[in-house]
Amino acid sequence: MNRQQVLELLPGYLDQELSFSESRECERYLEGSEECRIVFAQQRAARAELKLAALRVDAPQALLLRIVAALPSEISETAQAEETTRKKRLVDRFRRRLGQFHKGGIGAPAWMSAGAVAMSVAVLGLSMGLYLAVPSHEQRLTQELVDDHVRSLQSDHLFDVISTNQHTVKPWFNGKLDFAPPVIDLAQQGYPLLGGRLDFVDGRAVAVTVYRYKLHMINLYVWQGSDGGARPHVIEQRGYHVAHWSAAGLTYWAITDADTDELDGFVSNLCAQSVS
Amino acid sequence: MADPTTEQRFKTLILPHLTSAFNVARWLTRNDQDAQDVTQEAYLRAFKFFPSFHGENPRAWLLAIVRNTFFTWYQQNTHQAPDAVFDEEVHSFETNDARQDDNPEAMLVRREDQQRVHRALQSLRTEFREVMVLRELEELSYKEIAAIVGIPIGTVMSRLGRGRQQLAALLVPMKQEA
Repeated sequence: MNRQQVLELLPGYLDQELSFSESRECERYLEGSEECRIVFAQQRAARAELKLAALRVDAPQALLLRIVAALPSEISETAQAEETTRKKRLVDRFRRRLGQFHKGGIGAPAWMSAGAVAMSVAVLGLSMGLYLAVPSHEQRLTQELVDDHVRSLQSDHLFDVISTNQHTVKPWFNGKLDFAPPVIDLAQQGYPLLGGRLDFVDGRAVAVTVYRYKLHMINLYVWQGSDGGARPHVIEQRGYHVAHWSAAGLTYWAITDADTDELDGFVSNLCAQSVS
Repeated sequence: MADPTTEQRFKTLILPHLTSAFNVARWLTRNDQDAQDVTQEAYLRAFKFFPSFHGENPRAWLLAIVRNTFFTWYQQNTHQAPDAVFDEEVHSFETNDARQDDNPEAMLVRREDQQRVHRALQSLRTEFREVMVLRELEELSYKEIAAIVGIPIGTVMSRLGRGRQQLAALLVPMKQEA
């Protein structure tokens, strides 16, 4: 093989697309030829620049809706039904939450006023205890995750990568985080994988994989930690169910508006699959 | 055609590759709005041809349709050849600022650097730009790219090589100015 032929092979060498003998030939020239080294370095630098520049963007949600709407019959009906149900659920939930807020409002002025506390310590003692209790780290985190879950559904930032294929979603996280989140296909068990995204929770970048149970979205947050305990425990907050556990140095939070039974099913399937 | 299982298959096999389709269209058209039109048209075509799809690589199949749709669209909508001189006024799409704020990954990358690379890639000729995008953004294999573009694998490799070389040449002087 001559120098010119090797120069032509260098892109393939960089991309690991060559046969064994071709690769050996490239390596031989890279050791011996200054010109080959320079060309190879340029190729590698150009590739690195492209990777760094985050050139890939999400497809606009409006485009997805337009495409789905333009497709004939059943597909669009299913998707539109899902969209309508999703919006309706969000509106319902929002109303419910507003209701809770108004109820909660009755107690609020009591602890806001220091004067009132001084005058009727005995009466307010109980409510002080209730209202001023500083929420634990876990409570705050649960709150933050539920908020994030709702926001992911409202603002359409559900996915950075849309794929039902775990072998597409898992590599997508490569180089974006300092750990490798497990991405498991649970379609057989009734929880198809929809995609994943990066999110920012509790002051750190976390992996989120998105699954579905019927029309219920399940956001699975994963980061490094072991504060959850090996046995998943379920917390209910504002109508959402949140499961929290840790395994193999990673801590997991799964959040959904589906019932606890469905969430339990998801968690136990997930745990079973990650072990095997 | 109206058979629900076909439609269900389309939904599970083809719809999830929307991001790939949109990104390829975006780098071919070099314009966000045109990219949306091309992607939508490609999806309609894909749906029409879907009963004849029996392959194992739905993404590569869809991207070949996106590419063909682009060339047809280009002939119909402009009087220029696809490789007309790059005009930044005409060909520019928005680098998404909002995205940078809530995406921890993107926050790490300096915005100027991003735009510099954007402009360099946009200014490459279509034949180089498309293999670069298929390889570097979509991370397809040479074999898949060869099938999508309809060229031999050796040509994929030489276009990638020349494309990278041109990109490197475009980026180096800019870096020194900065």
